[in-house]
Amino acid sequence: MSASNNINITLKVWRQKNAQSKGQLESYDLKNVSTDSSFLEMLDQLNEELINEGKSPVTFDHDCREGICGACSLYINGRPHGPGNRVTTCQLHMRSFKDGETIYVEPWRAAAFPVIKDLMTDRSSFDRIQHAGGYVSVNTSGNTQDANALPIEKENADKAFDAATCIGCGACVAACKNASASLFVAAKVSQYALLPQGQVEAKDRVLNMVKQAQKEGFGPCSNTGACEVECPKGISLENIARMNREYLAASLSK
Amino acid sequence: MSLDSKIPEGPLKDKWTNHKNNIRLVNPANKRNIDIIVVGTGLAGGSAAATLAELGYNVKAFCYQDSPRRAHSIAAQGGINAAKNYQGDGDSTYRLFYDTIKGGDYRSREANVYRLAEVSANIIDQCVAQGVPFARDYGGLLDNRSFGGVLVSRTFYAKGQTGQQLLLGAYSAMNRQIAKGKIQMYNRHEMLDVVLVDGKARGIIARNLVTGEIERHSAHAVVLGSGGYGNVFFLSTNAMGSNVTASWKAHKKGAYFANPCYTQIHPTCIPVHGTQQSKLTLMSESLRNDGRIWVPKKLEDAQAVREGKLKPVDIKEEDRDYYLERRYPSFGNLVPRDVASRAAKERCDAGFGVVNNDTKEGVFLDFSSAILRYGKEEANVKGIENPSDEKIKELGKKVIENKYGNLFEMYQQITDENPYETPMKIYPAVHYTMGGIWVDYNLMTTVPGLYATGECNFSDHGANRLGASALMQGLADGYFVLPYTIGDYLADDIRTGPIPTDSKEFEEAENKVTDELNKLINNNGSKSVDYFHKKLGLIMWNKVGMARNEKGLKEAIQEIAELREEFYKDVRVPGELNELNQELEKAGRVADFLELGELFARDALEREESCGGHFREEFQTEEGEALRKDDSYTYVAAWEYTGKPSEAVLHKEDLKFENVELKTRSYK
Repeated sequence: MSASNNINITLKVWRQKNAQSKGQLESYDLKNVSTDSSFLEMLDQLNEELINEGKSPVTFDHDCREGICGACSLYINGRPHGPGNRVTTCQLHMRSFKDGETIYVEPWRAAAFPVIKDLMTDRSSFDRIQHAGGYVSVNTSGNTQDANALPIEKENADKAFDAATCIGCGACVAACKNASASLFVAAKVSQYALLPQGQVEAKDRVLNMVKQAQKEGFGPCSNTGACEVECPKGISLENIARMNREYLAASLSK
Repeated sequence: MSLDSKIPEGPLKDKWTNHKNNIRLVNPANKRNIDIIVVGTGLAGGSAAATLAELGYNVKAFCYQDSPRRAHSIAAQGGINAAKNYQGDGDSTYRLFYDTIKGGDYRSREANVYRLAEVSANIIDQCVAQGVPFARDYGGLLDNRSFGGVLVSRTFYAKGQTGQQLLLGAYSAMNRQIAKGKIQMYNRHEMLDVVLVDGKARGIIARNLVTGEIERHSAHAVVLGSGGYGNVFFLSTNAMGSNVTASWKAHKKGAYFANPCYTQIHPTCIPVHGTQQSKLTLMSESLRNDGRIWVPKKLEDAQAVREGKLKPVDIKEEDRDYYLERRYPSFGNLVPRDVASRAAKERCDAGFGVVNNDTKEGVFLDFSSAILRYGKEEANVKGIENPSDEKIKELGKKVIENKYGNLFEMYQQITDENPYETPMKIYPAVHYTMGGIWVDYNLMTTVPGLYATGECNFSDHGANRLGASALMQGLADGYFVLPYTIGDYLADDIRTGPIPTDSKEFEEAENKVTDELNKLINNNGSKSVDYFHKKLGLIMWNKVGMARNEKGLKEAIQEIAELREEFYKDVRVPGELNELNQELEKAGRVADFLELGELFARDALEREESCGGHFREEFQTEEGEALRKDDSYTYVAAWEYTGKPSEAVLHKEDLKFENVELKTRSYK
């Protein structure tokens, strides 16, 4: 471990009682934060203090705390998942901040991700996009063909994997000035487009998933590429290009 | 009640086939009239929900997360075992069965484990058909790697994110059924009780975690896939929300809890950094394919490393103790997890730990030899003659990056050290619980109509689970076992009709849940939930952890009971019942851990032998290896709840080994 030390910080945290009420930033001073703590461990420390003072602790989504479940979702100092690239909030460590620094913590901002409470948002719109086509229609049977019956070119298998590593956190939407879900949709469309198993339903899939994203209130692609920069899993913009090709081809032939 | 494991008659290899041929089926039209509740949406629950819906049942699925995709199966890294023998290295269903029985230290059921090995190959076929992007070689075929405790390569993987890819596969299968309306999904809901009507599981009480509302849900059968209870230790590799509540409530309603003391302490996790630590992060076992574990040979070197005066790379080869290679030459760094963990503890207890934390606990996991080996191979492949050391390292690092890139990134993110340049520091941490709800061969608990799948049951791993077998078991249970065995039970329910939720049984269960939550909310204590959880975790880790003894276990039982009393007197839960209240969620879970912890320690005290992950200091060989007592302890300890953990009644299911001979496990 690197040499750790303790810092004092000021937090400006978005507090909002529920979806209906208006929220505001509240200020908290927090002392003796270990630079080896993760950002969420720092918030645990804040909550412990708030509880001991008889105040209401800050609500935020989190679960695995190892960067893979996609639950954590904080907008820190104006960036989804805060400073640093390719990290989720739970993997962000306090060594990224300076002693005396003021840190702004807000929820994802997007019409399709309404705030539930404080820093927690409702991302069920992402699930509904997946319901619209994020699957291969194959029943569980135990008698599908042998897994090695159909070789898949390594390059395509690797690219499909890269696309499939999306954790569904929503940083791409939070980063986009149009609150577009293009990178999220494109990741799933690409994964299947690159694999033979995905071909049969490819056209319906891309059309239905894109349509659902629009219906949920996500905006059109802004073409700025902010999503790729902020994506904690480094999902490439190439996937959006692939989705657009798939979409165009599907719309022309359907 | 006597325990009937319902293992089918006949030769081992025919049991499952015969059983499937003989159990009753429900016709497709009748399935439409039958409701099934599935609690948990990880690999076991998610795959069960999807498959049951495909078969035609009406499924109601529950998860506490905001989406089924976030269940903690997602964090499994290394891989999934299957007896495909794609590498032609002598693997077979029998070998996977044998390795699993042996790895579990002869404390699991032969018939269950054989079935697991038998369906393992189907899992890979099914996942590939779903579009799960497993790693492939240049010929386009699936790649394999090796895991601890075995001598073949049967582990399928997707970089260090195999659990994620398999879970997203199950999630996609669920999505297809959600879209059809065959699965009704309840996100952000937590099961707080199971409801029994006429002695059968007929529904659950759940709390809507957004509104705080207590809800009644009915069904003809209830399936738990709610995961393990490693968080009883507070610090573990489990997700923050992983809990025992669903299992524990089932236990209190009559489901026996089996072998609670069987816990897996995973050897390769990032060491604890300090008191604010909230969880521990695993570094996949797959790293032991290429990483070598060592500590300095000299105490003064270990001290100098801890003090930052000596860099590990400056310690000469002859001054390093590759203790796993030394003690276990045939399996080397790939010994099973329990063995590797104890060996690390032994070195650190002797003062050779390399991490500068309170307990000086940590050992090195070193990739420098692998980087050189791969670098030379790559140079040959690329036809580079007389490559420089720099070039070899560069090429070798690329190979390592391809195999484990995301793990190395994660390590650097957490520790601020670059594992390509300096060895990783690792230490064992609580990872998985082999114990769980007792189930018969059909995965039914001792409560009729209540089933348990995946990590929350006890069934397949005995006293120690082999790496890459958790994913295998979760998906085997959910895709290929439960959906068929449950039909045999539901065949009696084709004329039952919908189960009403206005019965007195539902009302009583709901009232009890509400009362318990109100008690927590209105407690007006002075200490936070985490305060108690951390205290419980320390008792568990120090006295019921990697090494246990009679004195410590007796103390733990006493201390946990006292802590539980203090919890109910002094816990402070802010907020209201009827709102989103994360502290209340935690309080309910910790209340259950405080009961489970005591039973856990009792079970460990009762089992006067060492086996797998359960190591009693009184029972070890001269060389410090686990010493089993087969004459007295070849049984499953299934505990019946009778009002208090201290009064739980022990039932024994004798384990019969007809196909393998019980031997002392040796990896030397």
